[in-house]
Amino acid sequence: MSKKQRKNPLSLKLDRRNFLKGSALGLAASALPLENADASFIEAFFQKHFREMNKKEIQEVLNRLEKEYSEQYKKHVTVKATKAMPGVQFGYGLDLSRCIGCRRCVYACIGENNQSRDPQIPWIQVLSFRKGDKWTDLEEADKYYNPATVPEPEHWYMPVQCQQCRHPACTRACPTQATWKEPDGIVVVDYNWCIGCRYCMAACPYGARHFNWGEPHIPDDELNPVTHYLGNRPRYKGVVEKCTFCIQRTREGRYPACVEICPVGARKFGNLLDPSSEIRYCIENKRVFRLKEELNTQPKFYYFYAT
Amino acid sequence: MDSEAALAQSPQVQEHKIPKYITPPPPFSEGIFPCSDCHKDLKPNPKRRKLELMHTDIHLKHAGGEQWCLDCHDLNNRDKLHLINGKLIDFEEVYYLCGQCHGTIFRDWKAGVHGKRTGEWNGKKVYRLCTNCHNPHQPHFKPLKPKRPPERPSDIK
Ligand code: SF4
Ligand code: SF4
Repeated sequence: MSKKQRKNPLSLKLDRRNFLKGSALGLAASALPLENADASFIEAFFQKHFREMNKKEIQEVLNRLEKEYSEQYKKHVTVKATKAMPGVQFGYGLDLSRCIGCRRCVYACIGENNQSRDPQIPWIQVLSFRKGDKWTDLEEADKYYNPATVPEPEHWYMPVQCQQCRHPACTRACPTQATWKEPDGIVVVDYNWCIGCRYCMAACPYGARHFNWGEPHIPDDELNPVTHYLGNRPRYKGVVEKCTFCIQRTREGRYPACVEICPVGARKFGNLLDPSSEIRYCIENKRVFRLKEELNTQPKFYYFYAT
Repeated sequence: MDSEAALAQSPQVQEHKIPKYITPPPPFSEGIFPCSDCHKDLKPNPKRRKLELMHTDIHLKHAGGEQWCLDCHDLNNRDKLHLINGKLIDFEEVYYLCGQCHGTIFRDWKAGVHGKRTGEWNGKKVYRLCTNCHNPHQPHFKPLKPKRPPERPSDIK
């Protein structure tokens, strides 16, 4: 492999606890495996929890990552950490009467959010159902359909992605607090804290989380260089990732990429706290439902039938 | 709200007290507009008929074949459309015309819920004209080729 691979700092074959014990005795330097011990690696290893860092510390982390990514992808990559806007709770609407199952959203998401192209671990799954079939069994639904054209007669489609639950089951399962709910309701993952135990994946009732079994691969020219620390920055092998409502776009006021690509306008997005928003109009005027409501995860992802 | 800043006011808009939406231009075939370029030399013919000399590429499949050209296009001013009440409107405001029959959809569209929206969820939004997505002469969407399905876990090497 010609490219220098970035590594998850936590994949170091040394656990922090022993390391810290050692460092108290003044053995720090000798305890680190030397071939890995360049300065940025040591910095990454000692990085604090994201929510405990002050502004300056966050900026240092962003600078270090920008440098790493720009070197690896041979172009200028930015990493922001834009904070949640006050008074905003994001909500999403999906009009099942419109979706034609074309998967444009899946690939717009892969491109915008720097998902590995090989192996593929797409954040959006589009499920296909025959009209009249029992459809509540999401696990059994067909996501590999591949007819010449869509929509197929007598079929309908339901895209599923992270539901940004108000009571997320995933965050509570995480032993290292590497995943949490932000003030605007977006559930995020810190790829530098994720240890890859996949407890969150087991806990999520929607299959919304995906694991990097292999080294993620994105061609240099396809990398989206505008990234957010808690969102679409390139990931490491061995960490979990998922939809963030395009945090890098939506915290700047823009629509998510899947909303903008959908050729039939099935996807709606906005601020649940703003009575004049599109999402509030959907909830107040359409019959909406959420997936697996009985689990009390309280998704902020609303399905509806506009016609 | 930002969309209020974008209240460009045309006479129709002032009357309806509806903001003028930011939309892409109507999708005219090349060289076809203004219609009056050709029609100014033609005698208007209000007779319902099948067009055989011009516009033969247009196959009217709307409202079960009940529609015909002059239901929407104006006989005397070819560069305009007309509403049922006789009022003339520009092609840029075609939603008033479509909204006469598709009232609930027009209502959802104004709220930003029917149709595709791009831009900012909390600011300037680009709406699509009905005709930017639907061919008014054949409004049903044509089927699309779906993008590639995901890999099955068993196919990942
Ligand atoms: S792009 Fe729109 S129509 Fe196509 S699968 Fe996604 S939601 Fe459905
Ligand atoms: S859908 Fe799954 S990953 Fe997303 S917030 Fe809910 S439990 Fe967590």
